[in-house]
Amino acid sequence: MIKIGVVGLGKMGLSHLAIVNAHPGLELAAVCDASSYVLGVLKKYTGVDIYSDYEHMLRECDLDAVLIATPSRTHASMVRSALERDLHVFCEKPFTLSVQDAEELTALARSKGLVTQVGYHNRFVGPFAEIKRLLHAGAIGTVTHALGEAYGPVVLKAKGGTWRSRKDEGGGALYDYAAHPLNLLNWYFGAPTGVGGTVLNSIFSREIDDEVHGTLFFDGGTNARVSVNWSDESYRKMTTRITIHGTAGRIFADRQEIQVYLRDTAVIPEGYEQGWNVRYGTELTNQVGFYLRGEEYSAQIEHFADRLREGRLEGVNDFESAAETDRVIAMMISDAGKGASTLAAAEPVVDALVARRRRRFRLPFIVPQPAGRLETRKGS
Amino acid sequence: MDRLLFGDNQFFGVNHMSEEKARAQSMRFQSLDAVIDVLDSAYDAGVRTFMCTTHDRVAQICDHVRADPERYAQFAFMPCMPYAHKYANAVTEDGMLGALKRFLPDEGLLNAAVRGTSSMAKKDIEGVTTLLIDAEMKMFEGLSTPVIFLQNVVVDLLLGLGFNDAFTIFADHVKRRYGAEPGFITMNLPALVRVLDAQGIENPIVCSNINKIGFRMSGGLEAYEQVLREHRFRAIAMSVFASGAIPADEAIAWICAQPNLQSIVFGASSERNIRATRDLVARHWDLEPALS
Repeated sequence: MIKIGVVGLGKMGLSHLAIVNAHPGLELAAVCDASSYVLGVLKKYTGVDIYSDYEHMLRECDLDAVLIATPSRTHASMVRSALERDLHVFCEKPFTLSVQDAEELTALARSKGLVTQVGYHNRFVGPFAEIKRLLHAGAIGTVTHALGEAYGPVVLKAKGGTWRSRKDEGGGALYDYAAHPLNLLNWYFGAPTGVGGTVLNSIFSREIDDEVHGTLFFDGGTNARVSVNWSDESYRKMTTRITIHGTAGRIFADRQEIQVYLRDTAVIPEGYEQGWNVRYGTELTNQVGFYLRGEEYSAQIEHFADRLREGRLEGVNDFESAAETDRVIAMMISDAGKGASTLAAAEPVVDALVARRRRRFRLPFIVPQPAGRLETRKGS
Repeated sequence: MDRLLFGDNQFFGVNHMSEEKARAQSMRFQSLDAVIDVLDSAYDAGVRTFMCTTHDRVAQICDHVRADPERYAQFAFMPCMPYAHKYANAVTEDGMLGALKRFLPDEGLLNAAVRGTSSMAKKDIEGVTTLLIDAEMKMFEGLSTPVIFLQNVVVDLLLGLGFNDAFTIFADHVKRRYGAEPGFITMNLPALVRVLDAQGIENPIVCSNINKIGFRMSGGLEAYEQVLREHRFRAIAMSVFASGAIPADEAIAWICAQPNLQSIVFGASSERNIRATRDLVARHWDLEPALS
């Protein structure tokens, strides 16, 4: 039995806790949260071992792994402490708020041979995984353009007092919502060589971005656009979708279904035909042992548990892959700070709005710039 | 309990197969009249129990039914609470305790205040839980609610956490305060039935996905068949068509052959589909006396 401690009892933490507790191969050894109230209720009704101090839990408790679902700002230091104690780590997304942390932690985990995973659950959604399979098979030829979208009704008015509404805590639609389509685009096309036209716009929030738009450029001419808005009430709940255009067809997918159009020039994969193909989640989703809110949440924990049991370092959503998404996020923040290209390029007229936006999204940390972009800037 | 129950997913843009279809339904059912038309069709076809979430718009349906007691003499609601998305979004905005405070009745009722405050202080979930139930039940005042369900996200969260006392608290309160039968919706039927057994909740009503292809039946089809055979509880099947993945006649023939199944809940957007499903079920089950 693998002994695991769960840290952070917010929305994701509680959900992870239930899934971990129901998993026959995992033993919930301890729970840690800053709110002694929630802990007290849990202790009273479930009898689980509780800690209000993370380091204390790591010292006292005999653990094999930790699952970290705390506010994003705390991920890096908590992951580091766990790795230093040779614990395997599952961390909620986004992985870290700094590319340097992400790279150091990835290297540290690798040097110690520890199993790592980040909670990008969309890679466990049947239709999104089917896209990966189709692209690998070259089904739609050369990909020219992709669109990653995420919409939902999170911030619908000017209020909110949790860490999610604070910039320095890793709040905002970029970290919270856009991270999902960005991570999927990374999965499909690898790391982008550059980003451009990034807009991080506030709709209702004081400090943070509620909508995110931008373009990613990949090797080989593929580009992808992201369009994200978490202040859109017309969506009942978060909706993530991917559209991919290729020389031999087009793919559209969301959580429920995948629609694939294949031209007569396409290499037709097994089970598909020329023209329209529609496959549903019912067919593309594997059964999980315990279901809560969606198969993907349980599937990712089952994957982590399998990897722990087998000591398998390779797997879906390891630190290295999540660091790639951290890097894209950092590039987009930096890009957004530059504002729009204007007609008066030599001496840009910065209007009040752009100036304000620049202040608002100044980077709290240093972002390594891809070489290509730095050269462009020198020349301009 | 009626053997055929009418669900509400189609009215609120919930469709497990296609978001496009869900959106089309949201548009169509934006007007209350469109919803009432379909409910009337179901009622007139003998499907008189409406199993519904506690969505804000259900309050309008309640008002409509309340206003015409003659027309809806046999209309029954089976509320499923809580409507999870409003809580989930509130937790994201306000945090766990903030969200809780937002939904507790705030109209200065002494009873509510005492129940809520002392319960919060003692880390006793009973007071807070019963307050939340009462807040959700307000819209059904004066209407028939023979069964009150705890919705699956909450049931399965509690089940996973091992918060088993909460099931007893819910069952007791629903019986005592509303004279209703407690019901539980779950995506983990075999695990839940064992826990309810152990909690001493007798012959509970449990609603879960049951379909020929095992879609969203955690623990597997065989484990479901086993609990249906071996445990004493009243099973309601939902998602019998597995979101359209199984042809209707095949799905109904299979589900009606399962042992100890009490009822089927289904959703439909037209009179034609309501009657088609009813007639398919009537081939296998005796729907009298509920149907005329």
